[in-house]
Amino acid sequence: MAELALQHVVKYYGSVQAVRDVSLTVRSGELLCILGPSGCGKSTTLRMIGGFETVDGGDIAIDGHSITGFAPNKRPTAMVFQKYTLWPHMRIWENVAFGLKLRRLPRATIAKKVGEALEMVGLPETASRYPNQLSGGEQQRIALARALVLEPKVLLLDEPLSNLDARLRVRMRDEIKRIQRRTGITSVFVTHDQEEALSIADRIAVMSKGVLEQLDTPSRIYAQPRTLFVADFIGTMNVLDGTYRRDISAVQAEGTILPVHDVAWPDGHAVRVAIRPEDLQPAGEQREASFAGRVDVVMDLGHFRQLEVQLPSGRALKVFVPKERHVTPGEAIVLEATRYLIYAGEDAPAEFSPARRPLAF
Amino acid sequence: MAEIPARLSAERTSQPGRTWTGRSGGQIAMHAVLTACKWLALVALAIFVLGPLIVMAIWAFAGQWTGNSLLPQQWSFKWWPDVFNQTGIADSIRLSLETATVVMLCSTVLCLPAAYAFARFRFAGRQPLLLAFLAANAFPKFGLYVTILTIFYQIHFNDTVQGIVLIQMIETLVFMIWIPATAFQNIDRSLEEAALDAGCSRFGTFMRITLPLAAPAIAVAMLLSFVAALDESQGTLIVGLPDNVTMPLIMYNAVNSYAQPEGAVFALMLSIPSLLLLGLAQYVARGRGVRILGA
Repeated sequence: MAELALQHVVKYYGSVQAVRDVSLTVRSGELLCILGPSGCGKSTTLRMIGGFETVDGGDIAIDGHSITGFAPNKRPTAMVFQKYTLWPHMRIWENVAFGLKLRRLPRATIAKKVGEALEMVGLPETASRYPNQLSGGEQQRIALARALVLEPKVLLLDEPLSNLDARLRVRMRDEIKRIQRRTGITSVFVTHDQEEALSIADRIAVMSKGVLEQLDTPSRIYAQPRTLFVADFIGTMNVLDGTYRRDISAVQAEGTILPVHDVAWPDGHAVRVAIRPEDLQPAGEQREASFAGRVDVVMDLGHFRQLEVQLPSGRALKVFVPKERHVTPGEAIVLEATRYLIYAGEDAPAEFSPARRPLAF
Repeated sequence: MAEIPARLSAERTSQPGRTWTGRSGGQIAMHAVLTACKWLALVALAIFVLGPLIVMAIWAFAGQWTGNSLLPQQWSFKWWPDVFNQTGIADSIRLSLETATVVMLCSTVLCLPAAYAFARFRFAGRQPLLLAFLAANAFPKFGLYVTILTIFYQIHFNDTVQGIVLIQMIETLVFMIWIPATAFQNIDRSLEEAALDAGCSRFGTFMRITLPLAAPAIAVAMLLSFVAALDESQGTLIVGLPDNVTMPLIMYNAVNSYAQPEGAVFALMLSIPSLLLLGLAQYVARGRGVRILGA
């Protein structure tokens, strides 16, 4: 059990600032995902924690003790790499025992720990094989065992599932989560796959262009993205340009009036409206907060349908509707927004749900 | 040629348990022609590579071999005692093996760290330096050797073993830097990072991870160095004479002054260490290299 803290961490590559003033705390026993598109600085941040990249500013500490100046072999961290990185000239057993042998533990202890680690990842029978005799998924499980056997204070996982096929990825993801829960090891998991992050993480740190955009629980990241980047990056989001009209206390976007309240924006303020596809409901008639359009594309996604509805302006809205509802391309449809976020500047967005307002009779 | 495909296809179809239904006769003939071509190419390559060596080996045991006959009319060992009875031959063999071994070991110790640096670090002058090792071999070496000899005269390195070792290393440096550097470069850096992560020191990582993974390439480079040193004659001639005479120098003398079989005997003897090392390299490559390729 250990707490990892990054304080104002900065990394330059030449004159390019790859990581800009990132501060975050990973709580003891927590699995934190760093999520972002490629080149956002997430792997660099992880590699700085592991000691593979120098830190150009700020401090990294475990349980209050700075590890910033330590080489990777002097840090209580263990990394699982994207490319498995099992040593091809050693048997699986030797791969897992490598770090224990360096610690000069008694032979019996090593054998016991290696056996337990292989048992934990469910591959005890592979001990005498060589890495290239194992599948990608098995190799990555061994890599996980090799990291865990050292009992690190912090476990680092650098896109560990990105080389696996889709089905295996989901299975491995659940397995990593299960093992992390059982060992209670503080973990940092880097990924560019939002679904992976949403399903596995206790909290998610979303990064973009070297900046930490938001650090929150998966449900809050999804429901209340703090920035437009997060809104757009996580899940599917419809983002529309709008204008605040003080006279009717509403935002006007695509000709639709979206009521707002308790805001202090100047009249005519340009804002962005973000609506999740599931927050758009087909409605009978056009009224407040509803968009009229024509169904353009219908995609069957198993347990629900995704519609692309073309608005008069040419903009398309993505909508999720239940499978039971019959929709044909070309038909006219009215969509009512039951919940929307309005980004008016640097601050966190304002959230409104007109449907939940008490009806005025 | 026309007969071969027909015969092959007849063999194929007559094999029990194999059915060729679903394949037209044309396809079968095409397959047979391709197979025949492949084998012909292999045999041609084997003749091209091994032919001169086989002829040389036959010469070494030929008692009498004249005219257009395919094999000698008479087999004999008579050239072997002749060769061994020549003065200085035992000494030259010992000197050759000694210098080649020393050259191989020295260039390994000197070059491996350099090769690792070339492969892993970006430093000023990296590219020009890498090319510089090649440059020594890009020009006619005779001039270079004569110049070196004048320097050696001043420091009294002429006609010494050290002098021979140094001059032979000019040639081996290239192998020992370029081949291991490429091998080091091909080892995924994160394999080393994983070892560091497990608590291994940088030197330990090099010894336990990097070096074993590059071993096949290093073995090949060492073999090439050994053979190059064993074979080197120009520089050795200039620096080593008059007292330090290696096997190639004696061989040149033998080829020029004695019967052809004696030269063949020499050549055969010169190949023995190379063959042994080649076998060793194969062994190392089979033990480790295959797995590297497979990973």
